[in-house]
Amino acid sequence: MSGFRVINPGILSLLQDQGRFGQGALGLTTGGAMDTTSAFWANRLLGNHANATLIECSVGGLQLQANCNSYIAVTGAELALSINDSPLQLWTVHQVKSGDIIKLGMVTKGLRVYVAVAGGFNIKLQFNSSSTVLRESIGGLNGNKLQANDILPAAMVSNLPRLSLPQALRPQINSVLTLRLIEGYQVSSFTSAERQRFYSHSYTVTPQADRMGYKLSGAAIACQQSQLLSEGICYGAVQIPPDGQPIVLLNDRQTLGGYPKIGSVLSLDCALLAQATAGTKVYFTPISAEHAQHALHLAKIRFSALTNQLVSH
Amino acid sequence: MNQLQYSLTPAGENALMLYFAQRIDPVISATVQHACALIRAELGESLVDLLPSYASVLIVFNPFKTDLNQVKIQLKQCLTQLSTQQQQTGKLVELPVYYSTESGPDLALIARSKNISIDEIIRRHQAISYRVYAIGFAPGFAYLGEVDPLLQMPRLATPRAKVPRGAVAIADRQTAVYPSVSPGGWNLIGLCPTKMFNPDTTPVMPVAVGDEVRFVAIDKHEFLRLGGEL
Repeated sequence: MSGFRVINPGILSLLQDQGRFGQGALGLTTGGAMDTTSAFWANRLLGNHANATLIECSVGGLQLQANCNSYIAVTGAELALSINDSPLQLWTVHQVKSGDIIKLGMVTKGLRVYVAVAGGFNIKLQFNSSSTVLRESIGGLNGNKLQANDILPAAMVSNLPRLSLPQALRPQINSVLTLRLIEGYQVSSFTSAERQRFYSHSYTVTPQADRMGYKLSGAAIACQQSQLLSEGICYGAVQIPPDGQPIVLLNDRQTLGGYPKIGSVLSLDCALLAQATAGTKVYFTPISAEHAQHALHLAKIRFSALTNQLVSH
Repeated sequence: MNQLQYSLTPAGENALMLYFAQRIDPVISATVQHACALIRAELGESLVDLLPSYASVLIVFNPFKTDLNQVKIQLKQCLTQLSTQQQQTGKLVELPVYYSTESGPDLALIARSKNISIDEIIRRHQAISYRVYAIGFAPGFAYLGEVDPLLQMPRLATPRAKVPRGAVAIADRQTAVYPSVSPGGWNLIGLCPTKMFNPDTTPVMPVAVGDEVRFVAIDKHEFLRLGGEL
């Protein structure tokens, strides 16, 4: 079968698309690529559909063998990439020939790397998505993370422009982040003094950070309400449990929960948080829902403008 | 708040919360169901996801097809048709349970703390039909209420690392069947052989929000015959 063989899955490699939507009423979470911006570029460079299936490799170490002639692009965190031991650029389309060995080193900055192939991996959809959610055993290959000798079917592709996103336009991975937050949910159960504290202090990403959510540590925030009836949790929701330490709930979040939430982080900034490692400093800043809508539209326009600045190499 | 009063609160860049009076009440739950049907019809293509719970609905929309203000206007418009009368009643689902100290390790604890016999717990758990109030936490996990006040139990102080698939459990005045092996802090009283979530069948779940569930005791032999595993 034409495609790619996993030689070594590295630390954690998961097949993902943009996520599984419209299934929340069954209790299924969305999943999907965590750093949506890097995943978008990996597919875009290859001319793939934005929802094409790619690999999200956390921390690095993935090794693949091409079983067909094709093209790949690797984006996201910084690490060493090689094909047959020749070092190559990230954010760039590279040709691979049947038999070639693709190796990813360990991340030196950031956390998650996206490996896309021309046309995307052909993975059977479950509930309209290929996204792997380990906790649910749904998506990917039998609901699992990638294992050595897995075969990832992909079409043979023989003519593709070798585009690259210029260095200056690539997303930066910073050690201090400011996350824009749309206030909502139980925000009125936090006094103005508590909100002030929340916005004026920095928080630190703790080691309890995964695809479900990022636990932060810093100034504890008190809420007038401690428990509520379980209710739907949206992407980026910032939950404040009784210990007052915020948790930003991300792609693999549980669908319902009973802790108070102060609002939700803008999706564009969740993508930045997805690259944050333990110790990263985080600030929150409130924005209006209208401002958030503008930011989303501007980002979309910016992405399509950048698409015209891709260069051939 | 009466059952039809609601409030709309932002949740995120493309999400709104619709809240009804915050209590566990079958009439409010039915209103939530009706609201979901109205919202689905009204928002159509711009709807991304809808998450109903006990007394709220999370509405997620596509921010490139509509915006918060437009959605609010549409919701206010369609929710004028909201009624507590127009409830289609859900189906009745019977779930077999093998109740025993072997399959329900917390039966003895409940019996001690409530000063009743294990048989009485089993009798009372089956005596009521429960409403499916919400589905979430994990795929296929249905929150059923409300349990006989005498069987009301707080969550375990230390959650179990591993609750078996099919475990029938109680927490506060809710009961549920664990659809898959997972950590959990509810009190375990038996095992149900019915698969609560199967991605390869249609429908994937035997129950939906608004359905009624009755538990029926079966013996160990029947439990094993129905595919149960101890």
